[in-house]
Amino acid sequence: MIGYIDKIKEISKGLLEEKKVDMIIGFRKGTVPMINEPCVAKTSADVDNFVWDSSCGINLANYLTGRKEKIGIIAKGCDSRNIVNHIIENKINREQLTIIGVPCKGMVDRSKVKALVSSDIEEVIEKEDTMVISGADFEKTVKTSDVISKNCTICMHRNPVIFDELVAEEVDEQKDVNRYEDIDKIEAMDSGEKWNYFEDMFKSCIRCYACRNACPLCYCPTCFVDESKPQWVGKSQDPIDIWTFHFLRAYHCAGRCTDCGACVRACPMDIDVRLLTKKLEKDCFEMFNWEAGLSIDKRPPLDVFNADDPDGFIK
Amino acid sequence: MKVIKIDKQDFTSGIEKLADSYRLFGPVKEKESYAFQKLEKGQLPDFNFKNTRLSIKSVINPQSEVMFEYSLDEKQTDHHVMKEAKKDYSPRAIFGVRPCDGKSMVLVKPNFDTLEYKDNYWLDSYNCTTFVGLACNDPCSTCFCTSAGSGPFDETGLDVLLIDMDDYYIAKAVTSKGEALLSAASWDTAGTLDDVEDKKSKAEKKIKTSVSIDNIKDRSINEIHQASFWEDIAFSCINCGTCTYVCPTCWCFDIQDENSGKSGVRMRNWDSCMFPLFTMHGTGHNPRGEKTQRVRQRFMHKLKYYLDKYDQGIQCVGCGRCIQSCPVNIDIRRVCNIMNDYNYE
Ligand code: SF4
Ligand code: SF4
Ligand code: SF4
Ligand code: SF4
Repeated sequence: MIGYIDKIKEISKGLLEEKKVDMIIGFRKGTVPMINEPCVAKTSADVDNFVWDSSCGINLANYLTGRKEKIGIIAKGCDSRNIVNHIIENKINREQLTIIGVPCKGMVDRSKVKALVSSDIEEVIEKEDTMVISGADFEKTVKTSDVISKNCTICMHRNPVIFDELVAEEVDEQKDVNRYEDIDKIEAMDSGEKWNYFEDMFKSCIRCYACRNACPLCYCPTCFVDESKPQWVGKSQDPIDIWTFHFLRAYHCAGRCTDCGACVRACPMDIDVRLLTKKLEKDCFEMFNWEAGLSIDKRPPLDVFNADDPDGFIK
Repeated sequence: MKVIKIDKQDFTSGIEKLADSYRLFGPVKEKESYAFQKLEKGQLPDFNFKNTRLSIKSVINPQSEVMFEYSLDEKQTDHHVMKEAKKDYSPRAIFGVRPCDGKSMVLVKPNFDTLEYKDNYWLDSYNCTTFVGLACNDPCSTCFCTSAGSGPFDETGLDVLLIDMDDYYIAKAVTSKGEALLSAASWDTAGTLDDVEDKKSKAEKKIKTSVSIDNIKDRSINEIHQASFWEDIAFSCINCGTCTYVCPTCWCFDIQDENSGKSGVRMRNWDSCMFPLFTMHGTGHNPRGEKTQRVRQRFMHKLKYYLDKYDQGIQCVGCGRCIQSCPVNIDIRRVCNIMNDYNYE
């Protein structure tokens, strides 16, 4: 994927020079290893700062909400699906966008890499399929595909589903992956085990809401946790309030979540919040044969009424 | 002040002794990271940490703290009366306080302890604590304490500074409170600081990044406030507030009443200038309604308003936590240097 950057720059510069867009949303090199920073380029000189590698995990669709400009945006498979969601949900117009699609091979999980070494990682240099990690007293080469995020290992849509330009040939989609391994495990637990599992999982949550804010789906002007009339949830570290936030947020993402993993990547406490939305993603897949964000011409199952609905309760 | 040598096996027995007269806190490993926690009987602070994810702020003014309790049951004679919540302010010692966290106490104190107002929750919690520091022989790549008015061996704000000399510790008492703790632990073998200087300069050399503030100091608030770089700095911010929660020098909180049935509590919870709700008026007007304004507020407060108001440097000790935890890589070192190097007319 590191080979993409020249093409990304070429396309971006062309779009800006021809004034097809006012700005392009992409990534610039991060100040610490394994995280690049989302940024805006308005001139060709700005585009020179763009980078592309396996540390571009942040979902850029999140930066489109409600914008008025004509925008070029660099989009991996999952970003493109969240762009589709945004278009369906009227958060951005298709006509405003020039989507620069990036076939993706997975984004790195910083915690996985950190766990491989015992001291501070000072530098990571990415090669075609490997990464060279180094610190004061060590150097280690890892295969990038061994350290990509969990959601990327089970991703079925690595190629952008909607785009105007494509920076490289499409990559092979993954086959024979068990997408619901984690969920099956939790589903097999009895209610006591589930209780303990989730209690332990959310123990360290500090309610910063980074998971919510990193998620392109969470654009409500006032989130239910921030409402005061009525106040749906308390604001303290009371576990019930913490769980209420997480479970309700997950339900608000049902049929919309693309499993992009932005929520997990954002969490400063390494909480795998994705597990909740993944269960709902599984349910939508099994009940409605639905995967979110694949087409701008289809309404999500939870916002349509169908007279032929097999369930009688709604009629 | 005393300088004591502590053999590593005596360290354990000393901690056991201290448990009789202090409530002990220290870093404990939690999954992949470390957190300050109350140490159970026989539990030792785990010194294999670089730094804790949350600072000692999580002990001194915890994220959620009950201030008052009340009853709404009119059958009770004292219903609807706010009663001070009972707290344990018996002596407490926190082990493994990194020098940056020690220094942070000095920076936040003027906010809680002013001529007009005394914040007793913070002050009582602070005053009952003996801060036992642990010098950083091996700072992280995100540390920049040496240019933020602190350093890996800084004693400011600590009562004792422990230095790990591999086979033993050197304990340097910084205050009489610290001396009292060393005696209570029966750590009484005299030591020397001879080899400490060498460790210190080695550690300082490992810190490779820095911030400069000389130009920020001389510029007016308005000049920096109106500069053109804020939009670019703020673009990626998702206003999650993580940076302020993990920061030892961020002190803001919000007060809430919570009822359950007929009883309730008045509590305070950490709050953050990065949240839109922080400045939302009852009218619905929000003076910092835009993300760029909130990002600017955070950096202006830390790097300019505080600097001007208290004349004791910036409101940042260079611990690097916000750099490590920010989900979108907004780096205060970069921002500070942009503010400082900008070509103001
Ligand atoms: S809930 Fe998480 S995985 Fe799903 S779309 Fe939002 S950020 Fe992505
Ligand atoms: S990002 Fe992590 S710590 Fe913050 S609210 Fe979400 S789960 Fe909790
Ligand atoms: S942690 Fe980063 S993204 Fe979150 S509020 Fe702070 S600067 Fe913004
Ligand atoms: S601003 Fe960042 S580096 Fe400075 S004290 Fe706070 S968390 Fe540490």
